[in-house]
Amino acid sequence: MRLEYFQMLDEIETLDRDQASLVAVAHVPSESSVFEGHFPGHPIMPGVLLLETMAQAAGYLLMTLDGFTRMPFFAGVKTAGFRAFVHPGSTLKVNASRLHAGSGYAVVSASVHCRGTRVGDAQLTMRTMPFPSDALARHVRREGERLGLTKVEAG
Amino acid sequence: MASTFETVAGIISSSSDVPLERITPQSHVKEDLGVDSLAFLDIAFEIDQTFGIKLPVEDWIARVNEGKDKGDDYFIVGHLCAQIDSLRVAAAE
Repeated sequence: MRLEYFQMLDEIETLDRDQASLVAVAHVPSESSVFEGHFPGHPIMPGVLLLETMAQAAGYLLMTLDGFTRMPFFAGVKTAGFRAFVHPGSTLKVNASRLHAGSGYAVVSASVHCRGTRVGDAQLTMRTMPFPSDALARHVRREGERLGLTKVEAG
Repeated sequence: MASTFETVAGIISSSSDVPLERITPQSHVKEDLGVDSLAFLDIAFEIDQTFGIKLPVEDWIARVNEGKDKGDDYFIVGHLCAQIDSLRVAAAE
């Protein structure tokens, strides 16, 4: 994770096209300016950043299933819950599973686990549309390669 | 068994805070009921799940933008229900 760049995921561990789901890994940094304010003397991951982490896992899931032809944008969230503190230096497993592929949108169930304990979950609505710019398309494809999606697909 | 209109009106009401009694077959989802694009995604999701179909919303919007159809053809509640019934028949065949 590079929190200041909203780069929340470090690796795609597994991808299951038949089940339309993936598992990603995210390493929470030991130090970040985010923790200076959240909170002094008790540094923990903000719930909104856990939500963003789930949204990014959902996004890479949908882009992979669509062959990186459309960009998912985080449009809505339902029933989000943050169930335990996530401390600096933690390693997270992020699950994303597509519940429904609609016309121009998808609904994804996502959860975050830390040491086997569910620490957050949400149902996310992602609006999908053609990439609004070539630069964005190139960026997310590069990010997909960084996350190992090509390797996971091949494996 | 509830009619398509009764089911759709219930979905619109629960997804958008529009009182059920305000929704008629002549209501325009956006112009009369004030449903915004995000609420319409929720409505489309509930309709897709409830009726086992996939509302082709992107195609509809493209046709309206291209001047091939009018927004009323899809976003007046009664017309939306007719579209749903057609899609259900097609899905059953």
